[in-house]
Amino acid sequence: MGLLSSSVSITRYRVKDYLEEPVIETVAAALKQNSISEIDDHASEITAGWTSFNNPYQPNFEGSSFVFGTYLVFSLRIDKKSIPSKIIQKYYTIEMAKKLEATGRRYLSKSEKEMIKDHVINVLSLRIPATPNIYDVLWNYEGESLWFFSNLKAANQELESLFSKSLKLTLIRLFPYTTAQLTAELSDSELDVLAKLTPTKFTE
Amino acid sequence: MLDVAVAYNRFKFLGDEFLTWLWFIIANDPEYLKNLSPDLSFLEIGNRIVLENRHHQTVENITIKGDDANLEEGILALRKGAVVIEMNLCFKSGDQEWRFTIKGESLNISSFKTPFSGPIETAEDVEGAVIEKVYLYDQAIQLVDNLFKNFMKIRISNHWQNKVIPLIKKWIYT
Repeated sequence: MGLLSSSVSITRYRVKDYLEEPVIETVAAALKQNSISEIDDHASEITAGWTSFNNPYQPNFEGSSFVFGTYLVFSLRIDKKSIPSKIIQKYYTIEMAKKLEATGRRYLSKSEKEMIKDHVINVLSLRIPATPNIYDVLWNYEGESLWFFSNLKAANQELESLFSKSLKLTLIRLFPYTTAQLTAELSDSELDVLAKLTPTKFTE
Repeated sequence: MLDVAVAYNRFKFLGDEFLTWLWFIIANDPEYLKNLSPDLSFLEIGNRIVLENRHHQTVENITIKGDDANLEEGILALRKGAVVIEMNLCFKSGDQEWRFTIKGESLNISSFKTPFSGPIETAEDVEGAVIEKVYLYDQAIQLVDNLFKNFMKIRISNHWQNKVIPLIKKWIYT
């Protein structure tokens, strides 16, 4: 679900710390260095990286192509190969039969079976293209806030990890406690009270 | 500062209490909302509300779905000790309408629909469309932030225990 979709999901973050000036060039270099790489001709099953909001299949962070007004807009792309289990089972069974015939044995050891399965998955991974999943990112650098257009746990974890790796900045997810702490403008004494709160009973 | 995972789990009740309080305010004190956000012309529960009742080791979920659904079942669940864990809201300002669902434990927003924004006809329209859409998202997000900020100010004050809880109980039991 992209930023311009008719229905979206948003997870909000606070961005801690600042980047080296000039910010746009620093961000462009970080996005370029960690942009998505294709795995269609590799045995890898999954990969993640940054891509362009405008052209997610051909990432390009040249100039200020990712700057929209006061926002930095780009996308996280996670490519994953999903090989149906029935296809794995089919080739696994064929390869096991070949191995038994070649060795003249009636059984294979557990480790031999595992090796055959790994081999089958590797070979199939080279033949099956990865499915791309694209999640938009909107970063208000001056406002220290970032919106990630997905609530999926795995996608959010990938964002947090890739953002930290690429930009050396920490993302603080805004959930009730952090929202209260960082955005509710509470005084020090109110923050002390917050830390000691316990659930309310609404029943008599 | 607390570890993030610890803080998330230990204080997720705050989000559920926020949604429960918000339902109470919507049902009983629309003037409060009007004072909080003068541009707001309408804020109502949308087409979905989920409550959760935790009894010792068991967890019971009550989901009420549908436009103009009867929320009596929800009040009954509150009487039994449930709290709101997810709520769809419909918010209007002038002739524009926003709809979105908030989850209590994370404050994540989903099924977020804004008023109609201009069509994109050429590649040059994209930047303007993004800025317009972000402005529309921000209207609803600012409202939620403002509501949450006000809730937190009340929640950490004595006013919560002395005034608000008795009023919420009165609403639940009448």
